[in-house]
Amino acid sequence: MPRHLRVRIAFVLLVVAVSVWYLYPLKSALNLGLDLQGGIHLMLGVEADKHVASQTDRTAEDLKKALERKGIGVQRVAREGNSTIQVELASPQSWNDALTAVAEFSTFTRRDENQAAGRFKLVMVDRQISQLRDDAVRQGLETIRNRVDQFGVAEPTITRQGADQILIQLPGIQDPARAKALIGKTALLEFKMLDDQTSVEQAQAGQLPETSELLYGRETDKQTKAERKVPYVVQKRTLLTGAELTRAEVQADPNSLGNWQVAIEFTAAGTRIFGEITEQNVGKRLAIVLDGNVYSAPRINERIPSGRAVITGHFTVDDARDLAIVLRAGALPAPVVLLEERTVGPSLGADSIRQGLIAITASAVVVFIFMLVYYRLSGLIADVALGLNLLMLLAFMAAIRATLTLPGLAGIALTVGMAVDTNILIFERIREELRLGKTPRSAIEAGFRRAFRTIVDTHLTVMGTAIILLSFGTSSVKGFGVSLFIGLGASLFTAYFFTRLLFDLVYMTRRKLERVSI
Amino acid sequence: MIELFRNPNYDFIGKRKWAYIASIGFTLIALISLAARGGLRYDIDFTGGTLIQVRFERAPTIAQIRTSLGTIQLPGESIIQQFGDAQEFIIRLPLVAVGSEEIARRVQGALGTNDSLGKFEIRRVEFVGPQVGRELQLQALYLVLAGLIWIAIYLAIRFDMRGGVAAVVAVLHDVIVCLGALSLTNREFSLPVLAALLTIIGYSVNDTIVAYDRLRENRGKFVPKGRTFAQQMNDAVNQTLSRTILTSLTTFFSAAVLLFFGGRTLEDFAFVLFVGVITGTYSTTYVAAALVVDWTSYVEGRLRRGKKAVAKA
Repeated sequence: MPRHLRVRIAFVLLVVAVSVWYLYPLKSALNLGLDLQGGIHLMLGVEADKHVASQTDRTAEDLKKALERKGIGVQRVAREGNSTIQVELASPQSWNDALTAVAEFSTFTRRDENQAAGRFKLVMVDRQISQLRDDAVRQGLETIRNRVDQFGVAEPTITRQGADQILIQLPGIQDPARAKALIGKTALLEFKMLDDQTSVEQAQAGQLPETSELLYGRETDKQTKAERKVPYVVQKRTLLTGAELTRAEVQADPNSLGNWQVAIEFTAAGTRIFGEITEQNVGKRLAIVLDGNVYSAPRINERIPSGRAVITGHFTVDDARDLAIVLRAGALPAPVVLLEERTVGPSLGADSIRQGLIAITASAVVVFIFMLVYYRLSGLIADVALGLNLLMLLAFMAAIRATLTLPGLAGIALTVGMAVDTNILIFERIREELRLGKTPRSAIEAGFRRAFRTIVDTHLTVMGTAIILLSFGTSSVKGFGVSLFIGLGASLFTAYFFTRLLFDLVYMTRRKLERVSI
Repeated sequence: MIELFRNPNYDFIGKRKWAYIASIGFTLIALISLAARGGLRYDIDFTGGTLIQVRFERAPTIAQIRTSLGTIQLPGESIIQQFGDAQEFIIRLPLVAVGSEEIARRVQGALGTNDSLGKFEIRRVEFVGPQVGRELQLQALYLVLAGLIWIAIYLAIRFDMRGGVAAVVAVLHDVIVCLGALSLTNREFSLPVLAALLTIIGYSVNDTIVAYDRLRENRGKFVPKGRTFAQQMNDAVNQTLSRTILTSLTTFFSAAVLLFFGGRTLEDFAFVLFVGVITGTYSTTYVAAALVVDWTSYVEGRLRRGKKAVAKA
């Protein structure tokens, strides 16, 4: 009688039960990759240096104000590179006063001092730079998550990758272009005055004052649907940004039927600033600029104390809704660039699933029949073991919430071919021992024992390469590595535990064993 | 009992000279093909660019698609290929400054305005930026190297240095032949192909391990007198022959099924597996085992000569 037969049967039954439990219900147990269920995969790179640069700009502005407040004349305060501020004093006499004022900006250190010329540089300390870069990515991630949540996507994945990349996976999206526009928009809303001293013609001829810039707005012709670019000369100074918003809602545009607008409301501080701007600039035009594009430039008729405004721009309801979402979720601290995109339509995903299943089934059927014909009853044992192998593979993938991708399905199909290798090794060995004239009982014993080392070797080498694949960042290759690795692990278990158990049950429990069907 | 071989006793190792010529020949053909085509043809995962997969309701010709795309100015040279069946096409565009969504939109617009094309569906859009592509090319190389090093270390520990080096040469031979086959059939090197290549690296060494294991087991037992090392290796190969052929067959079935039923997306991947299983089985005997035999006899010959020299002195 083989040893511990009852315990081993109980253990295998337990494994089967746990596997089935993890796989039930099958539809929701397996986490399908985007290539199978359709969706968007985006890898965004955060231009974190731009955040550092804009913070340096802000500090330069503050510094200039601080110096002027103390009565220190300034010739020039300007950013150089991403993290350096160049300071030129009006006269070297105020050197010492300037140094005292500058000492308050503790995140910068002084360099390249030239007291005689009244010149020095301020360089941001490295710790602050890395902090800001980190902030840019973290805040960017939060903002994008916020936007996606408001857009309404089931089970999105939004994670940080490496130092400055953000991975976004949106399964089952119907309109990828719209989702991409929503996510990738910096959404920096700025209010700036139009420069009424400079005409568009002058600006286009290159006669642009240093404090102004040429920006464009887009207008769509109602009849021809053709887009037209409208130039505006806008003052560079930003008076108010979207950071001061509390509310952004979609409304029907009362002045133009079928168009929509976004109503915004400022915070208390924003309301005060907005009131001041409108009071001081009655009769002038205020440009509403989003990511460098002028949306509209209404004329200010009177002071607006309520802190309410509307952004118009011939929006469709979807455009207006998306704009409201990005305004509510806030601007990205730094622009993002698209590094990688993979969009798969739902119909292609369904096709891939179908083809993957056909491949797995065909592969399994061929191998099943082959083993049955070649090894007869022992082949049937191997086939049952192969079935358990597949069951365990899928259950384990469900248990660790691994993602099943198309290459993953290929990995499963391949595992089918490779997993019987263990059984073939054992069976060939048993046949050999039989040929040497051993009794069936001792041939089975010897076959299992002798094949063991070789089986461990062959599994470890392929599992090793599977681990190398796992370390690879790209999800499709990873999916293949996962299923290959788990498949081989399961094969090691089934061949050695389950095949052996079946052999023990079928042959070793017999009182008299005369021949083995192998 | 069905048996492929009954106590096989083929002289594999004795014919190794011919096999060396064949192996070097295959490797050369592969390398020449790669050189003639200017290296591997990488797909957009590695080069960067935009890929758009479109399925039409009525099968159009490539010329029809090209004419309708001609109406919009697409930057760079676009490639249009049939993909799988006659209704499905892939449009590839090189890396340009314009964003991928802009390009995809323009393509959709252009196809939509041409009534002769009928209804269509954009099924897949892939965009890979320049940074990602370049990183991936390097990473792919590291992965293959890591795979080879893993095999070398594992075998060197489990067996000996000679066995490890010979197995790695055999695997390298397989990798080159697979890449040559890709190049000869004008297929692209993509991420799935990379995955297949690594699988082959792990798989190809399997048969080698089985033969080595058997050799060691035999040498631990009683070895008939006068059996040279080459003959012992040949015995080991023969004893494991039916197992090697059988497992290669089952894996070969799986790869063949993937190649013929797995769909166009998996075709290149399955092709590499298909070729790799064949060359992997061949290289076990004719590259790895043969090299170990010649290396060992070379070392033993030198030892013997060394002893003779000592005896004479």
